Amino acid sequence: MSNLDNYQAEFEKARQQRAGEPARIGRVRDEAMRRFLAQGFPTTRHEEWRFTSVAPIAAANFALANGSGAAGETTARPFEIPDVFGAELVFVDGSYAPALSTPGTLPAGVQAGSLSAYAAGRADAIEQHLTQVAPFDRQPFVALNTAFFRDGAYINIPARTVLEKPIHVLFLSSGETRKDEQSSRESRPHFSCPRVLVVLGEQSQAAIVESYAGADGAEYFTNVVTEIVLGDSAVLDHYKLQHESTQAFHVSAVYLKAARSANCTSHSVSLGGALVRNDVIAVLGGEGGQCALNGLYVADGQRHIDNHTTIDHAMPHCDSREIYKGVLADRARGVFNGKIIVRPDAQKTDAKQTNRALLLSEDAQVNSKPELEIFANDVKCTHGAAVGQLDEDAVFYLRSRGIGLAEARRLLIHAFAGDVLNRMALEPIRTAVERVLQRQLARALAA
Amino acid sequence: MTTSTETIEQLASREYQHGFITDVEQETIPRGLSEDVVRLISAKKQEPAWLLEWRLQAYRMWLTMKEPTWGNVKFDPIDYQNMIYYAAPKKKPVLQSLDEVDPEIRRTFEKLGIPLDEQKMLSGVAVDAVFDSVSVATTFKEKLGELGIIFCSFSEAVHHHPELVRKYLGTVVPYSDNFYATLNSAVFSDGSFAYIPKGVRCPMELSTYFRINAKDTGQFERTLIIAEDGAYVSYLEGCTAPMRDENQLHAAVVELVALDNATIKYSTVQNWYPGDKDGKGGIYNFVTKRGKCQGVNSKITWTQVETGSAITWKYPGCILQGDNSIGEFYSVATTNNWQQADTGTKMIHLGKNTKSTIVSKGISAGHGQNTYRGLVKIAKGAKGAHNYSQCDSLLIGDRCGAHTFPYLEIKNSTAKVEHEASTSKIGEDQIFYCRQRGLSTEDAVNMIVSGFCKDVFRQLPMEFAVEAQKLLSVSLEGSVG
Amino acid sequence: MLTVRNLHARVAGREILRGINLEIMHGEVHAIMGPNGSGKSTLARVLAGHPEYEVTAGEVTFEGEDLLEMDPEERARAGIFLAFQYPVEIPGVNNAYFLKAALNTVRKQRGLEELDAMEFMTLVRERMKQLDMDESLLSRPVNEGFSGGEKKRNEIFQMAVLEPKLGVLDETDSGLDIDALKVVAGGVNAMRNADRAFLVVTHYQRLLNYIVPDQVHVLTEGRIIRSGGKELALELEEKGYGWLEQPVGG
Repeated sequence: MSNLDNYQAEFEKARQQRAGEPARIGRVRDEAMRRFLAQGFPTTRHEEWRFTSVAPIAAANFALANGSGAAGETTARPFEIPDVFGAELVFVDGSYAPALSTPGTLPAGVQAGSLSAYAAGRADAIEQHLTQVAPFDRQPFVALNTAFFRDGAYINIPARTVLEKPIHVLFLSSGETRKDEQSSRESRPHFSCPRVLVVLGEQSQAAIVESYAGADGAEYFTNVVTEIVLGDSAVLDHYKLQHESTQAFHVSAVYLKAARSANCTSHSVSLGGALVRNDVIAVLGGEGGQCALNGLYVADGQRHIDNHTTIDHAMPHCDSREIYKGVLADRARGVFNGKIIVRPDAQKTDAKQTNRALLLSEDAQVNSKPELEIFANDVKCTHGAAVGQLDEDAVFYLRSRGIGLAEARRLLIHAFAGDVLNRMALEPIRTAVERVLQRQLARALAA
Repeated sequence: MTTSTETIEQLASREYQHGFITDVEQETIPRGLSEDVVRLISAKKQEPAWLLEWRLQAYRMWLTMKEPTWGNVKFDPIDYQNMIYYAAPKKKPVLQSLDEVDPEIRRTFEKLGIPLDEQKMLSGVAVDAVFDSVSVATTFKEKLGELGIIFCSFSEAVHHHPELVRKYLGTVVPYSDNFYATLNSAVFSDGSFAYIPKGVRCPMELSTYFRINAKDTGQFERTLIIAEDGAYVSYLEGCTAPMRDENQLHAAVVELVALDNATIKYSTVQNWYPGDKDGKGGIYNFVTKRGKCQGVNSKITWTQVETGSAITWKYPGCILQGDNSIGEFYSVATTNNWQQADTGTKMIHLGKNTKSTIVSKGISAGHGQNTYRGLVKIAKGAKGAHNYSQCDSLLIGDRCGAHTFPYLEIKNSTAKVEHEASTSKIGEDQIFYCRQRGLSTEDAVNMIVSGFCKDVFRQLPMEFAVEAQKLLSVSLEGSVG
Repeated sequence: MLTVRNLHARVAGREILRGINLEIMHGEVHAIMGPNGSGKSTLARVLAGHPEYEVTAGEVTFEGEDLLEMDPEERARAGIFLAFQYPVEIPGVNNAYFLKAALNTVRKQRGLEELDAMEFMTLVRERMKQLDMDESLLSRPVNEGFSGGEKKRNEIFQMAVLEPKLGVLDETDSGLDIDALKVVAGGVNAMRNADRAFLVVTHYQRLLNYIVPDQVHVLTEGRIIRSGGKELALELEEKGYGWLEQPVGG
């Protein structure tokens, strides 16, 4: 039984459990499964996957997580974010966990809750947007997610509504395994495919935090897709904080579509995971839109973190700002690929991309590639890339003032990352991320 | 047509200011290139045998070479046999003092703002004036001589300091380097030579002013500057030519050698005749300039403001051989009407902890085409090398073009390489924005262009910076609209 | 202060404004609302004299002078300020330097003495504080690298320094989050007085919660089809622009 057959079998099994789902979604799932089986897992021969081999994922014998949503209480929450949220939705192994969630009180008309429940209730925005923003034709992991997602978060902010407090969506993985009845093989690790859909009506405003964590040392595979739709003049501050187990696989894709004068910031923080791939694809589809993508990733040991971003300027007068920074220790490997497309109609585009990586050891490695595809003539596109090591003169300077070596290095790394952290408007989130970052750096520097 | 365009077009009716022709008795040799011509040039300059031999080696090599075609420039083939390789004003055999310079030539340089009279000159600048193929005057020679600084024409250096010339000639740009450099090595006529001895900080700016006057001639000058341990020199180069309908070739070679702890700053304001509005005439400026940071902690800075020439093809570069050596390249290149420029730099990192900085600003207007081509090479042994490149293009109008070709070859993983690039367009929008705040069109254009070039102008010596800014506004006039 | 009569204008051969009539008195705030593509921004740019637009008919007087005869810089010096929908970047030109050059040409026109660097900085610091702007923006190039919100705030800041007679705000609210919107509105309100007038062009009613207009005009297809008090804006927000496109008064 090849591994693709394994997914086929899981798909058939899952089909029986999706009774209440709209027929459209079922059809899309079938198509997505076909696409996934036709393509299989990508290999490093695909340009998009040149520096990231997903062979360990393809080789593993995952079983679809079938969580009851109850086992998560014991799972650690690495980001100790104080209770600043208007609502908190918690998912365990891909299923909604009502007992762990806090619906909160949100302004009238705001919908925030389990995607499958809202889908069963035929929410309009789900009918209109779910699976429509993230294409899966040539994206095997999106296809896989589309075929398999059981649940996830659905957030809909109606026109002209301003959310005072952020909404938190937390995905926990218990690290439980599944024993197959039919075979005598060992327990199989879980894979889960959460799906997030965020819809912001015109002139609405919200801050949304997605975070991902799992039981320490557990092996599992999270494959998430987030779809975000911004109406005219909507304002979104979006965070994706990833701190999976150091043995986990995490593949994510955030698809973002912004209408006229919409303003979107998306932060991506990757601190955990053994093999991580994040895709962010932002389409500026209306005049005067603004988009900022900020990324920070830290890896030690033999971990591998890959960030691919695409900003698609489809209309005139849009601004995009992108800054991605990575810190790599030991034999860790980082990949950054930043594509900026400026379509023929997108005159007066102003795009700026910066990406930097800090290598803390001789064996750490990063592959960085900016890609500019410009089809309009009156535009401004800037990109800057730098890879380097800690400035030894600065380290020495600090030591000469009595600061210990480890502390000096930690300070400088923190300053390096500060650029990205300072762009986080939500102060409690920034503080929480900083705390985890400090712990992780201490570990990397002690090694 | 809009009002701002009109204003600018009025300003633009000014012509190339240095386009006059000097009527002076010339000595030229027959057209064409052959081994005999090489021998004739060498004989006219009464050169030693070793130099003739060097020239001949270059000439024989040149015969086997082809013109490079990778440049992003277009021009009709050059007929190397229909060109005059040597032209010099007739003069007395040896000048006893500056007063003996032909008054016509003296007036020419005065008109260009380069008086050859030491009293009239800016006290901080010593000038070597090159008229067609030969150096006609060098000022402040004696004063510099007191410090042991040698500043003279290349031919003079061959006669009076052959050991230095022989030691360094071709060590940075070998005669086999490239088609134009090889041609230059065979037929070079004159140029400037500067030698700054150990520990001496040259107290004034050294400057060469190149003037092409004769018709149908090529100009092939050669400059060699050597800064010994701990020496410092700042060197300026300026150039102009009359307006003629034919294209003229200028294929120069510049070699710089910086030994331990030495610093050489080389600045160019290039204003060769660019051709007329329809692209007729103008200089082909195919130049090889390279510096070698041979010693530890040495530093070479190239600053260039390229506003003239029909075609510019040059890549002033640095070989960073000594540990901790530094190479810098600051460039503003403008192309208006039908001008073409393919320019940039090469930074070759060989030593440890070597650093290079590249700041390139390209401005294209009219049908001008502007290409930045830069190579950053970090050799395997160049541990801790660091490069920063910034490369911005400004487009004025929509018939011009900007192209950027950065090449990176990195063989050492400790290298730190940063690159930034941008392309933008100056248009009615920016000008309108300034005018809406109450500024005039003229002020707006000047403000926008000088803002764009600020990082480079900052590198030029004071008097040159002012000159460069003026030149730039003249060369771009008529282009906004 | 400003009288617009039967104004027609076109760009690239396409007629955008098709007979605008508007009268703004000293001290008044007028809002122009309308769907995208109705000609709102065109009106703002024509008043400032953008060279791309050709006025084909009509007249505009500003403080009794024929505005259409003036160059853009003359209009600016006469006291018209346009806060751009898309503020333009001018790389390498320091914000403070730019503003000082602009302020001094405007002051010269008004017969005032030019400010020296010290006086200028004092004035500028005070205005920046009002708009909650970071002082480091002064030493950065004009609008370069500014976020969308910073650019819009910078426009209002420039207006506060230049103290025009008529401030024309072209969709200053678009792309702003609610906090930035309040700051911008606060900056405008602080400048309101009996002599100064504002023309606020916006797609949405929300800005008008904070900058309360004396009159609201609805522009569609290059004509003002309805004028009224501030309630008109609320009605529009609720019913959409389609509501007005049916025959009026029928």
